[in-house]
Amino acid sequence: MSAFVIENASLYGDTTADLVMVDGEIASLSRADAPAEATVIDGSGLVALPGLVDLHTHLREPGREDAETIESGSRSAAKGGFVAVHAMANTTPTADTAGVVEQVWSRGREIGLVDVFPVGAVTVGLGGTQLSEMGAMANSRAQVRVFSDDGKCVHDPLLMRRALEYVKTFGGVVAQHSQDPRLTEGSQMNEGLVSSELGLAGWPSVAEESIIARDVLLAGHVGSRLHVCHLSTAGSVEIIRWAKAKGIDVTAEVMPHHLLLTDDSVRGYDPRFKVNPPLRTQEDVDAVRAGLADGTIDIVATDHAPHPDEDKDCEWGAAAMGMIGLETALGIVQKTMVDSGALSWRDVARVMSETPARIGLDHGHGRPLAVGEPANVTLVDPNAAWTVEPSHTASRSNNSPFGGIELPGRAAATFLRGVPTHLIPALEGASA
Amino acid sequence: MKHLLGTDTLSREDAVLILDTAAQMAATQEREMRKLPTLRGRTVVNLFFEDSTRTRISFEAAAKRLSADVINFSAKGSSLSKGESLKDTALTLQAMGADAVVVRHWASGAAQRLAESDWMAGHVLNAGDGTHQHPTQALLDAFTIRRHLVGGGTDAEATGKALEGLTVAIVGDILHSRVAGSNIPLLKTLGANVVVVAPPTLLPYGMAARTDIAVHYTLDEAIEAHDIDAIMMLRVQRERMTGGGSGFFPSPEEYTRLFGLDAERFARLADHAIVLHPGPMNRGLEISAEAADHPRSVIVEQVSNGVAVRMAALYLLLAGEEASA
Repeated sequence: MSAFVIENASLYGDTTADLVMVDGEIASLSRADAPAEATVIDGSGLVALPGLVDLHTHLREPGREDAETIESGSRSAAKGGFVAVHAMANTTPTADTAGVVEQVWSRGREIGLVDVFPVGAVTVGLGGTQLSEMGAMANSRAQVRVFSDDGKCVHDPLLMRRALEYVKTFGGVVAQHSQDPRLTEGSQMNEGLVSSELGLAGWPSVAEESIIARDVLLAGHVGSRLHVCHLSTAGSVEIIRWAKAKGIDVTAEVMPHHLLLTDDSVRGYDPRFKVNPPLRTQEDVDAVRAGLADGTIDIVATDHAPHPDEDKDCEWGAAAMGMIGLETALGIVQKTMVDSGALSWRDVARVMSETPARIGLDHGHGRPLAVGEPANVTLVDPNAAWTVEPSHTASRSNNSPFGGIELPGRAAATFLRGVPTHLIPALEGASA
Repeated sequence: MKHLLGTDTLSREDAVLILDTAAQMAATQEREMRKLPTLRGRTVVNLFFEDSTRTRISFEAAAKRLSADVINFSAKGSSLSKGESLKDTALTLQAMGADAVVVRHWASGAAQRLAESDWMAGHVLNAGDGTHQHPTQALLDAFTIRRHLVGGGTDAEATGKALEGLTVAIVGDILHSRVAGSNIPLLKTLGANVVVVAPPTLLPYGMAARTDIAVHYTLDEAIEAHDIDAIMMLRVQRERMTGGGSGFFPSPEEYTRLFGLDAERFARLADHAIVLHPGPMNRGLEISAEAADHPRSVIVEQVSNGVAVRMAALYLLLAGEEASA
C-alpha cells in the first residue's frame, strides 16, 4: 500500500486541509483518516493544486535523443510540477502512425514519472499535403485526441478544413501552429523596431494573426474544435476574444516566455532567446497577460523545446528555435500573474491543469482535490524564491533563456496517482 | 576601443578620432615608402564567411601597410550548408594567436557574438554582418564626404570636424543594406541630415515613421525636397527584384525609372554635390555611366580611402592597446 498524508496544505491557496492519498486516490481530507504507516509531509505554507498538465511539450524521442529523451523530459516535467505532458509530433520518425504514438505512449508508461500523451501529426511527415491516419492513432493504445503539425503550420486552408472536420469522428482537436509560411520566409525575430535595428529578418504579427483569423472562421463554419498553440500577439488575443463572443469552439494557449520576455532580449544576439513564435513587444506581453487573466486565453503551456549546446552556442542565424521551460513555467506564472494579483491559485489550477486536461481529454487529470479523485497533486512553495541556473535542469538540454532570473516559487512536490515523482530535499526527510 | 562592431554605439569623439587618424594614414600613403612599422609582430586574421574580394583586399592592404602579419581565412558555409561553426573557427584562431580578427559573416550579429563570447580574446573588427552593420564602409564614406565637403578637397582643413549641416541622401535597398545600416547612425552622430530614398518594400519596419530622418519613395521627390550635398547609391541585388513572386520590385526597368541616378537627375543636384557608391556598381541599373564617371563622382577615391580608414581602425584597436598596457 502506498500512503501519504500532506498536512496543513492550502488547497488552491484558499482552504487549509490535509490530503490523505492512499493507493492512488485522495482518500480523505483529514489526517485522522490516514493509515498509520502513511508518510507524513508537512504542507504548511504550501499550495496544493491538481497536478499540472502541459499541452505542449517536445520530448524529442524518437530521433533527437541527444536533445531530450522521454525519460529526461519526464523527469524535468515532474520537477516542474507536471503530472502529464503532451508530446509533440515533430519527432523522427514523425508521430503520424499508430506505431510511433504507441511507442511513445508505452515508453512514457514504463518510465512512469508523468503520463505521456502523444500528439499525432495532422499531415503525413508534417508535410502539409496529406492527412495522416488520425483514426488509427485515435484508436491505438495511445488514444490520441490532440493532433498538431506543431513546428509547421497546416497552411493549406482546404486541408485545415478537412482536418477540423475529420477529428470530430473521435472528438479530437486540431492544435494549430499559426504561422503563415510565406510571410515568415527567412524570419529571425519579431518584426518591429528592434529587428530593424539588429538587421534580422522580421516575423510580423500578422503572419500569426491571419492564420488564427482564418482558422476560427473555418472552425465556426464546420462546427469543430480548434486549439491555437503558442499565441503571442495582442492582435491574436483580440481575434480569439471575438471568436469566443461568436460562440466558436476555440481554445488558446500562451507560453511562459511570452508572458515574461520581449524582443529587447534579442539585442545581444544570444540564441537562447530565439524561439518560434518569436518574443514580441511589451504591448504584446501586456495583452497576453490580460487575455490570460480574463479567460480569453485558456491555458498556459510550456512549448518545452530542448536543443543541444551546438545548436545554441553559435551565431543567431545558425541557431535552432526554441527554449526549455518545464521547470520554470510555474514560477513564471506566479511571478507574472499570481504575484501581480491577475490570477489566484485557483485560476492557476484552471489554466495549468483543469483546462489543458479538458482540451486534451486527459481522463484522470485536472480533477478536483476531493475525496475519491485520482491523487494527482502538485505542491507549490510560493515563498521559495530561486535564481534560475540553466545547467541545474533535469532536462538533457539547458537552453533556458531564464538564467539569472529570480522566480518567486517552485514546485515542492509532485504526486502522480499518489506516488511522489518529485520532492524537494526538505520534504524528502518526511517521517513515516 | 576594444572592438569595432557597429556605428550605432560609436561616440562622436571616437568617430572623429577615427576620421582624423585615417587622414594621417592617408597622408603616409602619399610617401614613397608607404609601409609603417606600427603593428610589426601582430597578427591580423581576415575571417570571411562570405565572398568579398574587395573588402578583404582592402583590409589586407591596410594591415600590411601597418606591418602586421596577415592570415586570410575563407570559411565556407551558410545557414543552409553548414560548414565549420563560427565557434570552432574562433577557437582555432585563438589557438593560433590572432591579435585581431576582421570578420565578414552572413549572419547579422555574428561579429558581436564573436566579441562577446568566450571563444576568443582578440579584437574584433566587423567587416559586414548579414543585413546589420558594416562600420568601416560608413566611416570611409564619412571620411570621403568630409574631405570634399568640409575640407574643400583636403583632409587638413577638416581635422577635428564632423559633418554638421550637410545633407546626405542614401538611395536604394535600405532593408537589406548593412552599408545603410552603418551609415544612417554614423551620419546622425556626425551631425548630418539624412535623407533615405527607397520603395516602401525596401525600407526596414518603422523607418518611414522616423522623425530624425527624411524618407522619400522616389528620387525625384527627394531631389526636389532637399539640397543634397552627397548622394549615395546602393547596389541593387538583382535576385531580390523579381524572384519567385516575392520580388521587392516589379522590374529592373521600373527601378531605374524611379531610383536610378541618370544624367538628367544628376544635373538637378547642386554643383558641389558628390556621388558615392560602395561598389560593385550595376551600371545602367542604380547608376548611369554618366553619373558614375562624372568628375564629381568619388567612387574610385572611396576605395583608396577605405584602406586609410581600415588602417586607422586597426591602429586604434591594436596600437592603442599597446600604449595603455
